[in-house]
Amino acid sequence: MTAEQASTQILAKQRLNRPVAPHLAIYKAQVTWYLSALNRVTGVILSGTFYAFGLAYLAAPALGWHLETASLVAAFASFPVWAKFGTKLFFSLPFTFHSFNGLRHLTWDTGRAFTNRQVQVTGWSVVGLTFVTSLLLAVV
Amino acid sequence: MATGILKRAIPIARGLAPSQSAARLLLARCHASETQAQQVEPKAKPAASLKTFSIYRWTPDNPSKPELQDFQIDLKECGPMVLDALIKIKNEIDPSLTFRRSCREGICGSCAMNIDGCNGLACLTKISDGAASTITPLPHMFVIKDLVVDMTNFYNQYKSIEPWLKRKSPSPTPGKEIPQSKKDRAKLDGMYECILCACCSTSCPSYWWNPESYLGPAALLHANRWIVDSRDEFTKERLDAINDEFKLYRCHTILNCARACPKGLNPGKQIINIKQLQLAK
Repeated sequence: MTAEQASTQILAKQRLNRPVAPHLAIYKAQVTWYLSALNRVTGVILSGTFYAFGLAYLAAPALGWHLETASLVAAFASFPVWAKFGTKLFFSLPFTFHSFNGLRHLTWDTGRAFTNRQVQVTGWSVVGLTFVTSLLLAVV
Repeated sequence: MATGILKRAIPIARGLAPSQSAARLLLARCHASETQAQQVEPKAKPAASLKTFSIYRWTPDNPSKPELQDFQIDLKECGPMVLDALIKIKNEIDPSLTFRRSCREGICGSCAMNIDGCNGLACLTKISDGAASTITPLPHMFVIKDLVVDMTNFYNQYKSIEPWLKRKSPSPTPGKEIPQSKKDRAKLDGMYECILCACCSTSCPSYWWNPESYLGPAALLHANRWIVDSRDEFTKERLDAINDEFKLYRCHTILNCARACPKGLNPGKQIINIKQLQLAK
């Protein structure tokens, strides 16, 4: 075996062992990627709930469930106040966040608001607006 | 040391003739004032300012689990930048600490690494005020040793966008440069400055999850640099080559890239430009 072959063999062996440098766990919390992740999570919650309810509604007659508007309203009315508030907030938080952040993404798609400063300002504005509007929606 | 000289000077002075001893005493007094000055100096010198650097260590010679190793250095005896600290540690504490560095002025892009959670060049990043700092390699890259990562895939992606001028027609002035208006030249600002340090690409979560199929912010910024170039005549072909669900559209406008860029560039904005050109095509 030549010296070159030997060094190639060492390299091949090293490559098998190479670790992946730490990423998600060590990267600094920034409004950029945190909001992006939240956008994905809230999207999954919203569309997931939509699909789950749609399928349940489809299967309801066969399974004997009562998912008609009237029975849902009646069930919700029987909830204690905290559960009413919690349920509303569960839907209003992802809905408002995803809507406002969606507007942010549409703005980016036109090539605007790309500076680091603008990204931070619009990001925190979305967070603020989300809390205010989702709480308002949850109490009305 | 001066104190020692002084002590030795006094007994000698005692045994000398008055005239001579006066001269000696004068000399001794000169020494004394100097000594006093030196005694005052250490008091004026600020106390040691110790800082701990936790640095990612892994060696292929002994492939065990990677770990953070703590090094404590005195910032009063160290330059202001993180690279100064790394060089000090390598010189004085552990010569086996491995990292890339070259220009120490932010133009070569060698010392890109993750410092306190943010990607950046060690030579352009000031040592932070806190008592501790953590330094790890560029995120989600294969580690060759310590802070040195394998850049092969990154460079291949750069190569894949064909980063050179491509022409269909011959140059208007054969054998000479192809002229460009000032306005067209200005379009390249914000792109030609890129030094390919990989801070942006390795800060991108989308690039972490698809490092081979997604080109990443740096390669896409360079793709746009040649798409926008008025002298290049393969604009359409270039756009077609990257019009791919993974190569281009894994960019979800997260914009970690612009935050990480040590040259103040904005890869995210350049990628949007490509996407808009794809629509207008």
